[in-house]
Amino acid sequence: MSTATLTHPTPAAPLSDVRRRPFADSKVFIGRSIKHSLRSIDAMMTALALPLIILLMFVYVFGGAIQGDGRYIDYVVPGIILLAAGFGSAETSVTVATDMTTGVIDRFRSLPVAAASVLVGHVTATVLRNLVSSVLVLGLALALGFRPHAGVLGWLGVVGVLALFMSAIAWLAATFGLLAKSAEGAAAFGFIVMFLPYVSSAFVPPATMPGFLRPIAEHQPVTPVIETLRGLMMGTPIGSVWITALAWCIGGIVLGVAASSLLFGRRTAH
Amino acid sequence: MTYTIEASGLTKSFGDTVVLDRVDLRIRAGEIFALLGPNGAGKTTTVNILSTLLRADGGEVAVAGFDLATQPLQVRSAISLTGQYAAVDEVLTGRENLVMMARLRHLPKDRVRRRADELLDQFDLGDAADRRAVTYSGGMRRRLDLAMSLVTVPVVLFLDEPTNGLDPRSRREVWDAVTTLAGSGVTVLLTTQYLEEADQLADRIAVLAGGRIVDEGTAAELKSRIGSETLVLAFDTVALAHRAAALLAMPGEPALAVDETAVTVGIPTDGSAGTVLRTLTSLSAAGVPAARVDMHTPTLDEVFLHLTDTTTPSTLERTA
Repeated sequence: MSTATLTHPTPAAPLSDVRRRPFADSKVFIGRSIKHSLRSIDAMMTALALPLIILLMFVYVFGGAIQGDGRYIDYVVPGIILLAAGFGSAETSVTVATDMTTGVIDRFRSLPVAAASVLVGHVTATVLRNLVSSVLVLGLALALGFRPHAGVLGWLGVVGVLALFMSAIAWLAATFGLLAKSAEGAAAFGFIVMFLPYVSSAFVPPATMPGFLRPIAEHQPVTPVIETLRGLMMGTPIGSVWITALAWCIGGIVLGVAASSLLFGRRTAH
Repeated sequence: MTYTIEASGLTKSFGDTVVLDRVDLRIRAGEIFALLGPNGAGKTTTVNILSTLLRADGGEVAVAGFDLATQPLQVRSAISLTGQYAAVDEVLTGRENLVMMARLRHLPKDRVRRRADELLDQFDLGDAADRRAVTYSGGMRRRLDLAMSLVTVPVVLFLDEPTNGLDPRSRREVWDAVTTLAGSGVTVLLTTQYLEEADQLADRIAVLAGGRIVDEGTAAELKSRIGSETLVLAFDTVALAHRAAALLAMPGEPALAVDETAVTVGIPTDGSAGTVLRTLTSLSAAGVPAARVDMHTPTLDEVFLHLTDTTTPSTLERTA
């Protein structure tokens, strides 16, 4: 231990003039969460390797059986991107739950910062990580013969819809992570999100499903998002389905932000 | 402002369990104040309430002159919390932890890196600065923890069991750090289970048991109230022990209690060699020689028993 006396840095602001600085604080937490992502082998594998493996599986293993003409790849790539975006974003439940069990959260909560900016950090890092993952999937898909027909505006739309979808899943996952008692429990959220795309139009048209599944497949949130993505990528008409897609995403974000902010303020680590 | 922390009638329950029962605290500026108590006494709950992490059910609290209930943001600007478990981000390096804290404390941009370097140096973490905190030893982690609490020097520093789980050497390092802080005018509220720790560090000690402050004062004041050391004499037979107990009783007082299982008698003493010698000689002269001798210093458990169980006259001195 150094015996040097402690220096007194000038306080950043007089105590009577304390202001929240949500943007500056969020920036710090985004940086923190990105570092966490980059240093977590688990998160990197889920974000980067798993989607590529799933893409290869669907194209080479199931593809021939589902659609023999070799163009299944054009149908399935938007679905794979969405599936990966979904379970990649659902990881937020685990990172948030893990974080909540550490003492560092109590330290953050005792600081004059907007508490939920910690969550903004987690969600933003998740979205960025998964956008990178989407680009990788797309790159591999192009190499395998995927032929999209989107223009610049179409691609911007794709990025926008994906980012909204990822944010919605990530905020809901954060809520789940705050509710869960442990990181293991929080992982359950991933299963729900992982399962949804299978009962949607992501891999096969709902028309091919049995009667009792069809209404579920057609009206669950993933289907309008996937139809919008597919329309944007393949240049096919979208109709009004994008409105439903945006409504689901924005609804999810609003619900997730509200619920997780409330829960974050109430929960202590111990 | 007379007191840096002023709490009156602080109450908190979790469900049906009353954790804090009308706790009053008055802590002066620059004072090191220890909240001493066993597990479950309400120490951490008190710290969590005072540091805005938990809401009290009742009572009025001012920290650094700000009302806890209506000005939590101001309170948070004035305090630093070092929780019971080292509150460092294990994924980040020591330096990254400090830089993060400096930015969250809104230090000017050009000060952030410099402040991190200063603290790494002061807390002897320079060599480990760029290693992830997960690789740190318990003592290093605690030092980083303290450094993170001092990125800006707070008005009040809360230390919740700062040496919990540390080896003796690391404990000494943390004690040194806290003592250094005392010179800088920071008010420190620390909690501990160890009488020795409170004794070493604190100007004043409050004993918390069952959610109530049962005693308060300087270490010397508390010790004098807690009771003296006990000379424990073991005998070969229970009969001998009973004879000794009768012989050693004060004139007019009943015989001292005999522990028949251990075959011992406990005699309150000042612990001096002279007293021990006189006691042994007188017993020997009376034909009741003691077989073995032991000195017994009250343990913290006994202290709490003593302080919380004031209705029964001092069981402490009679049992060994």
